[in-house]
Amino acid sequence: MSASGDPAGSGGTLAGAPPTGGRAVRSIVVRVLVAVAISVVSFLALRATFDFLRNENANRGLVVLLAIGLGVGGIFFLFWAMDKVVDWLPERLSEGFRPYVFVGPALVVLSVFLVYPLINTILISFKDARSQAFVGLENYRFVFTDPDMLTSIRNTIGWVVLVPLVAVSVGLMFATLADRLRRGEAVAKSLIFLPMAISFAGASIVWRLIYSYRPQGFGSNIGLLNGIVVGMGKNPIDWIGLRPWNNLLLMVIMVWMQTGFAMVVLSAAIKAIPDELIEAARIDGASELQVFRRIIVPGILPTIAVVTTYMVIVGLKVFDIPFVFGNTEAAGTVVIAERMLHWFFIGGDNGRGAAVAVVLFVAVVPMMIWNIRRFREQETTR
Amino acid sequence: MSVAQVGEIRDAQPVAVSPELNVRHGGWFVRITILVVVLLWSIPTLGVLITSFRPEALVTTSGWWTALAHPFQAAEWTIENYRLALSQGGFGNAFLNSLAVTIPSTVIPITIAAFAAYAFSWMEFRGRYIMFVAVVGLMVVPLQMALIPILRLYTGGASLFGRQIIPDPHLGGTFLGVWLAHTGFGLPLAVYLLRNYIGSLPSEIIESAKVDGADHFTIFWRLIVPLSVPALAAFAIFQFLWVWNDLLVAYVFLGGTPQLRVLTVALADLVGARGDNWQLLTAAAFLSMSLPLVVFFSLQKYFVRGLTAGSVKG
Repeated sequence: MSASGDPAGSGGTLAGAPPTGGRAVRSIVVRVLVAVAISVVSFLALRATFDFLRNENANRGLVVLLAIGLGVGGIFFLFWAMDKVVDWLPERLSEGFRPYVFVGPALVVLSVFLVYPLINTILISFKDARSQAFVGLENYRFVFTDPDMLTSIRNTIGWVVLVPLVAVSVGLMFATLADRLRRGEAVAKSLIFLPMAISFAGASIVWRLIYSYRPQGFGSNIGLLNGIVVGMGKNPIDWIGLRPWNNLLLMVIMVWMQTGFAMVVLSAAIKAIPDELIEAARIDGASELQVFRRIIVPGILPTIAVVTTYMVIVGLKVFDIPFVFGNTEAAGTVVIAERMLHWFFIGGDNGRGAAVAVVLFVAVVPMMIWNIRRFREQETTR
Repeated sequence: MSVAQVGEIRDAQPVAVSPELNVRHGGWFVRITILVVVLLWSIPTLGVLITSFRPEALVTTSGWWTALAHPFQAAEWTIENYRLALSQGGFGNAFLNSLAVTIPSTVIPITIAAFAAYAFSWMEFRGRYIMFVAVVGLMVVPLQMALIPILRLYTGGASLFGRQIIPDPHLGGTFLGVWLAHTGFGLPLAVYLLRNYIGSLPSEIIESAKVDGADHFTIFWRLIVPLSVPALAAFAIFQFLWVWNDLLVAYVFLGGTPQLRVLTVALADLVGARGDNWQLLTAAAFLSMSLPLVVFFSLQKYFVRGLTAGSVKG
């Protein structure tokens, strides 16, 4: 701890000359004990309040209000109390400890909620359906031979390639064009961004209303797409049962929801390009298309990369949209993340579910490495 | 409304347009393309909005677009669907639960991440680089992978080689359990974004505060937090929208009982129970969108600024 060599720590020793001999040891012991006592007491107090909250069957509004107050206040109190505890420690210890007080909670939470599950899942993936006996690579053999799994891998590749491609291109085009509007830029952008604020459950309702299908003779079609088809004098189409094109129709929903995000971030990047640069190119006789290709796109390339990465990860993790539309196996709309939940919760085979999860994670590893590399480059230029 | 407000703020900024460039600024090609895309993007939501205000008999027999043909007939419209969704769907209680889940699940990760981001940027300690790289790497772990192990941890503790090492914390079906889960899943992105921002603040401010005798806690609280409001707000919106709209985490850790379920779970239940009851579904969907839309439009300007502070300059 002393190796941290914090300048503030060495400065502090000037103020209070350290006491010598047995008194010093005793004072250190007392202070450490008090510090430990404070943290234990505050932890127990928090725990007791939560127990009270859980047992209480009182007014729902009151419980909710209390819960919000506790959650919000509790976290501030936790940091404040820990900082005070560190203040109580002897000077040399306290400055070495303080950084860990600041990062500690983040590391603890991440270890419990992401690192531990990661290791746990890898272990489970080598065990049988009820996680009791080891079965070697059996679950992985299943992942790469089961027809539904293979379909899900094919579909997920589609999601990972097409959704980022379309969402980023449309977002980029819209951001570039909206930048030239003299009026109404903010309104136009807000309307594109709006679907970001809608839940998948809500979006599924929105789009079921578009794809809704009733066979001929079973009442009029209230879905927009079939309304158009019938209006043109043709028979209504069962869009969601239309293999394999139904996958594209589901991807449209994701594009609809995510384009706004791409557009907003890219638009901010475009606005950061100096106006003089663009004006100069125009005066030199560059066409609008040339300005776009030679100046705007190279200027915002790092941002395009970040947005695309984000979209690829979103595409890899997609599960809600096919899941909510249901009937994934018969309709051929299975995706990897949806298969994982299927085996965990419906199929009742933890080993298979875990093996699917590991495959999904391995698919993300290149992204992770690229992310860390990019961070390193940023660090060196800082 | 709020849309117009945002528009005013943006349009108020002076835009230098030299006369000969007028054609480029908002020519007919630009305007028509924008109009087409905006229309395409708005039609789905518009359909839901119109359907939610139509009486049941009309919803099931004709498409919503037919209402546009005679918009001023009173028989075409009703607010009965909203009344029904509020009373039958148990949406009032679900709304409260959503608030109880969302607000702490937004504040807790931001607080933890801001402290960590400060330490990663301005404090010297062993393992700083490795720890930060690990956090960034965790950004891509799919959260679905964590659900089962965490659920087991919540309802039975953890054991290693048959020996109980963590006692049963009884966190299944509690708000605390959901808050912690959302905190864990949102933390990597939060630390990453906030460190980008906090790390780019000028070091002179922090140095001079240190010279004046301020300790780290004071510097963080009095200096860093006020300066980082754009980044904090940007992440707050992001996390708020994500938690409010989340179905999976709330369902797994809080459950689907009418007392504890959140809005998205109630909505999904309604889809399952009354899948063809369009007028009720659309009204419920709009109720669940209302708060995120208000939050989004009122904090929108922070969203753009804070989110790109790191990536654009970098």
